Amino acid sequence: MVSATKDLKQGDHPAKDGFEPLLNETFAGKHLTDPIPEIKDKWKLLPAFLKVKGLVKQHIDSFNYFVNIDLKKIVKANQRVTSDVDPHFFLKYCDIYVGIPERTDADAANQPYTPHECRLRDLTYSANIYVDIEYVRGRTIVRRKKVAIGRLPIMLRSQQCILTGKSEAELAKLTECPLDPGGYFVVKGVEKVILVQEQLSKNRIIVEMDKKNNVMASVQSSTHERKSKTAIIVKHDRIYLKHNSISEDVPIVVAMKAMGVQSDKEIAQLICGNDHDLLDLFSINIEEASKLKIYTQKQALDFIGSKVKVNRKISGPRRPWADEALEVLATVVLAHIPVENLNFREKSIYAAMMVRRVLQAVNHQVEVDDRDYVGNKRLELAGQLLSLLFEDLFKKFNSDLKLNIDKVLKKVNRTQEFDVHNQIILHGDHITSGFIRAISTGNWVLKRFKMDRAGITHVLSRLSYISALGMMTRIASQFEKTRKVSGPRALQPSQWGMLCTSDTPEGEACGLVKNLALMTHITTDNEESPIRNLVFVLGVEDVNMLTGAELYQPNVFVVFLNGSILGITRRAEKFVHDFRRMRRAGRVSEFVSIFINDHQRTINLSSDGGRICRPLIIVENRKPRVTQQHINDLIAEKLTFEDFLKKGLVEYLDVNEESDSNIATYEPDIIPESTHLEIEPFTILGAVAGLIPYPHHNQSPRNTYQCAMGKQAIGAIAYNQLNRIDTLLYLMVYPQQPMVKTKTIELIGYDKLPAGQNATVAVMSYSGYDIEDALVLNKSGLDRGFGRCQVMRKYATMVKQYPNGTHDRLVDPPQPDSELWNSTYAALDADGIASPAEPLESGSIYINKQVPSNTNAELGVGSGVQNITYKGAPMRYKSPQTGYVDKVLLTTTESDQTLIKVLVRQTRRPELGDKFSSRHGQKGVCGIIVQQEDMPFTDLGVTPDIIMNPHGFPSRMTVGKMIELLAGKAGVLAGKLQYGTAFGGSKVADMSQILIENGFSYSGKDYVTSGITGEPLSAYIFFGPIYYQKLKHMVMDKMHARARGPRATLTRQPTEGRSRDGGLRLGEMERDCLIGYGASMLLLERLMISSDAFEIHVCEECGLIGYAGWCQFCKSSKKMKSMQIPYAAKLLFQELMSMNICTRLMLDDAL
Amino acid sequence: MSLPEHLETLRTRVVIEKDSVHNVSSSDYPHQYPGIDSSWNLEKFKEQFQVKINRLSDLEMEFDLIGVDASIANAFRRILLAEVATMAIEKVYVMNNTSIIQDEVLAHRLGLIPIKADPLLFDFKGEEDGPTDLNTIVFKLNVKCERKEGAPKGATDPKDLYTNSQVLSKDLVWEPKGEQAERFADDPIRPVLDDILIAKLRPGQEIDVELHCHKGVGKEHAKWSPVATASYRLLPEIKILKPITGADATKFQKCFPPGVIDIVEENGEKLAKVVNARKDTVSREVLRHKEFEDKVRLTRVRDHFIFNIESAGAIPPQDLFVQAVGVLIEKIKAIKPALAQATGESA
Repeated sequence: MVSATKDLKQGDHPAKDGFEPLLNETFAGKHLTDPIPEIKDKWKLLPAFLKVKGLVKQHIDSFNYFVNIDLKKIVKANQRVTSDVDPHFFLKYCDIYVGIPERTDADAANQPYTPHECRLRDLTYSANIYVDIEYVRGRTIVRRKKVAIGRLPIMLRSQQCILTGKSEAELAKLTECPLDPGGYFVVKGVEKVILVQEQLSKNRIIVEMDKKNNVMASVQSSTHERKSKTAIIVKHDRIYLKHNSISEDVPIVVAMKAMGVQSDKEIAQLICGNDHDLLDLFSINIEEASKLKIYTQKQALDFIGSKVKVNRKISGPRRPWADEALEVLATVVLAHIPVENLNFREKSIYAAMMVRRVLQAVNHQVEVDDRDYVGNKRLELAGQLLSLLFEDLFKKFNSDLKLNIDKVLKKVNRTQEFDVHNQIILHGDHITSGFIRAISTGNWVLKRFKMDRAGITHVLSRLSYISALGMMTRIASQFEKTRKVSGPRALQPSQWGMLCTSDTPEGEACGLVKNLALMTHITTDNEESPIRNLVFVLGVEDVNMLTGAELYQPNVFVVFLNGSILGITRRAEKFVHDFRRMRRAGRVSEFVSIFINDHQRTINLSSDGGRICRPLIIVENRKPRVTQQHINDLIAEKLTFEDFLKKGLVEYLDVNEESDSNIATYEPDIIPESTHLEIEPFTILGAVAGLIPYPHHNQSPRNTYQCAMGKQAIGAIAYNQLNRIDTLLYLMVYPQQPMVKTKTIELIGYDKLPAGQNATVAVMSYSGYDIEDALVLNKSGLDRGFGRCQVMRKYATMVKQYPNGTHDRLVDPPQPDSELWNSTYAALDADGIASPAEPLESGSIYINKQVPSNTNAELGVGSGVQNITYKGAPMRYKSPQTGYVDKVLLTTTESDQTLIKVLVRQTRRPELGDKFSSRHGQKGVCGIIVQQEDMPFTDLGVTPDIIMNPHGFPSRMTVGKMIELLAGKAGVLAGKLQYGTAFGGSKVADMSQILIENGFSYSGKDYVTSGITGEPLSAYIFFGPIYYQKLKHMVMDKMHARARGPRATLTRQPTEGRSRDGGLRLGEMERDCLIGYGASMLLLERLMISSDAFEIHVCEECGLIGYAGWCQFCKSSKKMKSMQIPYAAKLLFQELMSMNICTRLMLDDAL
Repeated sequence: MSLPEHLETLRTRVVIEKDSVHNVSSSDYPHQYPGIDSSWNLEKFKEQFQVKINRLSDLEMEFDLIGVDASIANAFRRILLAEVATMAIEKVYVMNNTSIIQDEVLAHRLGLIPIKADPLLFDFKGEEDGPTDLNTIVFKLNVKCERKEGAPKGATDPKDLYTNSQVLSKDLVWEPKGEQAERFADDPIRPVLDDILIAKLRPGQEIDVELHCHKGVGKEHAKWSPVATASYRLLPEIKILKPITGADATKFQKCFPPGVIDIVEENGEKLAKVVNARKDTVSREVLRHKEFEDKVRLTRVRDHFIFNIESAGAIPPQDLFVQAVGVLIEKIKAIKPALAQATGESA
């Protein structure tokens, strides 16, 4: 225990103020007014959490859940395949499991392969899906184990992946980076991420206003078989049930009657209880039903049945209306409420409850729900999406298999006994290709659920370590980006601690794309039945035994589990408390949440997947349950994070339960009502925003800008970066870890894979080349390696084989002394591929490939290899800058084609116009590069690497950047790294003290001498290290100009874009300026002469275009005139002619 | 006749205020101050000019340069940084490089290694000139990493496991060309420091390069700069205007680096006294405190430069300054006739 004794002398309080007892010593030298001892190093729980869960735990957990549980559930639901031909035949799937990733070629010596091999060889990192089957062969039942039915792409670092659980040294042997989080797939050599998808939660009632400002309650039902949406709407003050499979809205009383609640009184009671206000509102609906003359269930069913949309494939005998209605009501409407043996009790209560919610909202007793509330959202992860896909593929697989079986069994005389095993083996790769297609295109097309979503997967961005990490925590919203609504984009208070408050893109996706915070966890599905049992054991009365009157008694709370009603309890607080105790004791899963909704008078339990939750320290009796001893044990590695959960010291709360709790941010904030304590406040930020030092001192948009820019910073990408052959790779030559780091930086490993350098910055005006955020760079700094980076680009080709037996070939370059030789062959080796370290100039050949001139026609029998003719198809290096061949890869793909990859490297030193940024959303381009001797210098002789214009500060208000400089400078002087962790970090006062002790001004401003005049500057200059990132935008890749060059074939106008050596367009607005100014000749020159001037010959007589000296229309050469018009105009005339429109040119002399 | 104090300060001192520096430029041109002849006079200059060496070691030197204008002191500083020639590796011919350091980066790293060779004994190599023993020094770097036989079991340090796991600057081998062997017999050409890490190797990796050093100056590339840094500061001066006594004196002392202020007992009371203002780092800490307002004035002597040269090692610091003066004289020689022509005087 920390003994902090504060000796309050009696003299401090001379007057009697009634607080004297507080000052008396109470026990063992302690006073009531003593400060509460804080738990030191509480944040150590965070690395412990990340050790267990990792940064991308949500993806990996979800995938593991899919492989271990979901897969088996799906197979169990579809386990039998039968035949229409032979009633005795069946095939039964007994079990399904996934192997480890293995090569597809059967004769390979080492079957398992590594993800990195897949990346290099354009393979798919996948493992076989095996099933155990039981089927009829002849008259016996045969069992077979481990039959492969297809291949499943394996998520890296999931249970199946070979990288899981490997040490750093083992990973190094597999050329894999230990800091790489995994959670993505390698499909055809490309790293693909399935983004987390955000959607409205399923099976929950949402009450909201519709377009006409009427209240409606809707629920998205989702079961394994069916997805449907049921709504209770208000129209002309009457309430209706609306569902897609019923063509007209059904008056609610009719619907209730159809569900077997025939008595009007019972209906009224189920909906309104004993509330007369609600009854007044509702009574009109009862009238409505009687107007329709519907009194019995039969009448109601007939009414509904006539409106059911029949969608029957097999046009069997027509069923009575009532049966139709009964089936729709039982299985389609509110599909998530099960109806067994036509017992509609539960469903009718549920519907009544929905109506009640609508009435309450109409009556303003309860507010409508907030769609954007994070507690009403569910996140869909890779596992769920894959399971949807697999279910679809597996069903298709089985129906195809059934067709095949029927086909074979139909044949009466078979040569062989029918063995379905052969069918499965020869069945093709429907499942395999289905997975690969979906993941590599990102299109999830599932006919069963009418699901057609594009853009589910993305290529993992490997621009920097942070960009890859940022992508793994990204959440995509289902909202269309074009809609101009602010609600879904706004920052929700319920995002606290769950979703990063800063990390969102600017522009159209702003607020729709979000990122997970550091400590969030996304739940997977939990079994419902044990919870159901527990709830009843804890004294909940079953809803089926109750009437409306009991349901809505004032002290009664209705208990829901995953949106469906379980029953009621009269002692809500005790029930919730008991349930939480059971959960903390580990009797139910830690991810089951429970909370009380006092407005709706409900208790909600959730165990469904996709809820966002986070761990918090439990507080009991004003004391956090985690003590210093626990933390010490954790540091000594005697305890793990799991132990904290097991001991009930820490628990997970989802958004709904979090809103129902009282969470103290710091220990002194704990009040009697407190139920939880934050582990660390900086975890409300995500991995990317966590890089910013002192973000709590910055204007908030600046942090958002930095989140976007941190992903463009050039740095180290992974430990295996030099073994990778990516399409485009930016690497920094001398990356440094930041002087001012944050705890997040250490936790995610940014200090090991940094992207930036600590530049000595002078904040002052210099030379006028620093306006508009431009930076002044020190040339000597650049000479010594500041901001130096490398750009690696992949060029690849296949050496193809053609169906007619011919194939591409690689050809050695001509002899250097022969006439055919020229400098473009310089880089080539004798094998026709450029050798590593050779320089490539513009136009150099790096693969001297030749293609057979005829790849289609069959070769004659006699014609040998000699007779095949080839034409050259050399691969030429196009960039204007010299590159060097870094490495060459020769390999084969899955289809046995030879694949050649050449990696070309450029090393670049910063130049005028290159873009840099600090970690505070302050980007700038290099405006001038100055000699070191011209730079200002301090008394110690230090010259800055970068001079930044002070005008960058007042409007941006990035105070964090100033504190970073101060802390960085103090760190340099003290010889240690400082922390700029959000809501904490090194204190400014301490930093100033270090500066003073080392003979510097407390303010960080130095006495500086001009390097040009040699005289002191009359102002003190804010001078010190700031971490600067070099961004990927470099002038070298962008600068472009042309005098003349290629033109488009159709219009003969200059081409567009730098890559096509295009012209710079004089656009509409520029044209308007010239018109306004009256520069007609300049206009003519720009728009025609320098673009697509074309000489035509026009007949003055008929006005049509002819030939030089001949009009084909007039058959005369008399009145031909030559003139210049844009080629595009000539094209227009001809196109119009082709549409039977004659354009005639009326010629007249210009005035 | 002497000037009033405020004018004297204006003439000879740079004034340090709380948030700005005053009197930064010199103003002692003729007829500026009554009774003071500021015209330039060689005899007078000789009388006033002083150079005092305070500290001298192999790589570093501090000396006082008193009695010159800032422009002159700055010229020396600029020349030291940018225009005193040294030798540095300029061309790297790569025979083989299988290390993870790419060729360009390796070449860049090699270029920055300071070379111990007297640049005065070499010529600049022009664009068209071929390499000769007078303008080029050749080094060879040929290292290969292999597994060590009989490395101790369970060793994890690469130094124990492999040979040449680190390529250091001492691995550069000088290849004397022409008469170089005789000319540099007493002081063989070598890198200044032996332990500069160039690359790390692992078994099977090899670096085989030939390096050509040329003579150059720092303004072309920082690798030719002969100094780590060369700079100066003005001599600080602390004037106590009103006596600072008692507890304030201790506080006053703490506002400066140790050794600047001393406390003496006078009439039974502590009194702060300036003993060595030179040690002050001009942190202006004293100006922050209200109790010292109007009691102290910080200034710096405008023509007293405390010059500091840190040599990169190729040229001893004491020679560096002399060479810098030489470069300046050469420049003056070049500009003098042109100036004379322009003004119509004869040179």
